[in-house]
Amino acid sequence: MRLERRERTPPLLLVAAPMAAIVTALVLCSLLIGLAGAPVLAAYATLFQEALGSRLGITETLTRATPLILTGLGAAVAFRARFWNIGLEGQFYLGAIAVAALGSADWGLPPALLVPLLLLAGALAGALFLLGPALLKLRLGVDEVVTTLLLNFVAILLVSLLIEGPMKDPLAFGWPQSVPVTEAGLLPQLLARTRLHLGFALALLAALAIAFLNARTVFGLSARAVGLGTPAARHAGIPVGRVLLLTAMLSGALAGLAGAVEVTGLKGYVTTDLSPGFGTAGVIVAMLASLNPLGVVPAAIFVAAVFVGADAMARAHGVPSFIADVIVATALLTMLVALFLTEYRVRR
Amino acid sequence: MTEFWDIVLAASFWAAALRLATPLIFGTLGALIGERSGVLNLGIEGIMTAGAMTGWLSVHLGAPLWLGIAVAAVAGGTIGLLHAALTVRLGLSQHVTGLGITLFSVSLSSYLYRLYVPASGSPPKITPFAPVHLPVLSDLPWLGPAFFQHTALTWLALLTVLLVAWLLWRTPLGLAIRMAGESPEACEAQGVSVFSLRTGAVVAGSALMAIGGAFLTTAAFDSFYFSMIQGRGWVCIALVVFASWQPGKALLGALLYGMFDAFQLRLQPLVPGVPYQLFLMMPYLLSIAALVLVSRRARVPQALMQPYRPGER
Repeated sequence: MRLERRERTPPLLLVAAPMAAIVTALVLCSLLIGLAGAPVLAAYATLFQEALGSRLGITETLTRATPLILTGLGAAVAFRARFWNIGLEGQFYLGAIAVAALGSADWGLPPALLVPLLLLAGALAGALFLLGPALLKLRLGVDEVVTTLLLNFVAILLVSLLIEGPMKDPLAFGWPQSVPVTEAGLLPQLLARTRLHLGFALALLAALAIAFLNARTVFGLSARAVGLGTPAARHAGIPVGRVLLLTAMLSGALAGLAGAVEVTGLKGYVTTDLSPGFGTAGVIVAMLASLNPLGVVPAAIFVAAVFVGADAMARAHGVPSFIADVIVATALLTMLVALFLTEYRVRR
Repeated sequence: MTEFWDIVLAASFWAAALRLATPLIFGTLGALIGERSGVLNLGIEGIMTAGAMTGWLSVHLGAPLWLGIAVAAVAGGTIGLLHAALTVRLGLSQHVTGLGITLFSVSLSSYLYRLYVPASGSPPKITPFAPVHLPVLSDLPWLGPAFFQHTALTWLALLTVLLVAWLLWRTPLGLAIRMAGESPEACEAQGVSVFSLRTGAVVAGSALMAIGGAFLTTAAFDSFYFSMIQGRGWVCIALVVFASWQPGKALLGALLYGMFDAFQLRLQPLVPGVPYQLFLMMPYLLSIAALVLVSRRARVPQALMQPYRPGER
């Protein structure tokens, strides 16, 4: 077997790659569903029926996709410049806890002013939590993968410390959760009788903004050049360090914003299980989208649908709901292979 | 200050330090072999989870303890083979692939565990490895309980350090592995297949990682819990850098980490005013500090994370 780099990639292949990856992942995971003794097709039908087959299902899926779009953008922005921010989970929690800390006080501000300020604070907290690893990488060459991964655990412990201590809600019957954000600090609902909130629209706007930034600004093109090769970018006169630092801050801010939006739009307070892995799933979303900011939206909706539908599948067919995690993780691996095949050809 | 000496002079402290270090010794050595051949294996966190689950489940389903360890090693090696197929053969990004392998192994382990062990009040237990009784040594006052009452897996971990050091520095195979990690072109010019070396190193390293995970469920504890690895895999990746890719220093790093972990666990109840979360943060922050400390003089294998594609620049 020999691998040969393609001269150019047919555009059709770029669209077909994620589709093929997802189908392959679903086929592979059907073996596991079979292992659980469940009828495979019926089980998948239940999953997608639950997630996309009704008004409530669709809005639940979109609600779930909201933080995923933002963490997915955070990963996509960083990975494009080859800055491996795997600490999105930690930055998500920092954004969430910052909003909870500020939003629970009565500032006497109208919602139109308070909400944007809270979201900004969340984004800032997420960015600042990544500042350390970014500077360590740029100044001392410390690998950011390990530092950001380890800081995820620190972030959760910090949140746990705060919500069991100074930020603990005395009215929560002893449960460790933060004092809720005041009414004026909450994001409005988008649709009546659903949980879908304005955060979804914000996430879509963020995707558009990043797409514009990537394609139409000097910063976006510089980040891409840095990702393609640091020495070449340096020769081209691009301030590599500054571009990487800004990219990292943008990535952390997006993950922090995801946490902020989840608190102000959905939960209202912070617990240590606020995120069922939104940070790590963000990496999957970014890869499924081949780091394309507009592709992040459908990728996030797919991942969200699998998670929303898996519980129904578990109830109806007795398949452990961990199947959702297996499906999206498998999709990540098959997507990596699919992306490879868009660049290479296999010859005998 | 008296508290410090009370903790450090207790035999149980030293026993705990080595016990806490054992999974890290396996994991760090496993990651080290792979990185010496040029492949970063961020699947480690997932491979340790898979080892912990499969080792425990085998014993739970009736296998003898050592067969459980063998099953864990095979499971780890198989996942390692997948990592190698993607990163070595296809040359995919080692960062993203490794992370994918971790997510895949963690979720698959959880799924299979839940399939065979339905949810109930408390997770079922197995009879774990018992400490090996060494004649004379285990019965020594203080020294016995401090250093000579460990399970066979801890002794195996220490033996593995010697074995890996010998392999890397005293055998032609070790030289070839290091060459694949420093200069794959030179390796290939000698007629040695970079693909085979790297694949072998990753598979063997992953088997070691999985044994480290299995130690947790078959020796340190007697049940499997979700997310019981708790970042130990990532700590191992940091320890490899701290150890400058040398097995002896890897052992030292793991032991220092184990001592620190044992110390903070014993200090917690003595200072009730300080939130326990601060203590739990310490090991992670310490790992980062260790990375920063060695960053300036780290001698990284030159071809680490660089895929080898014959005939391509």
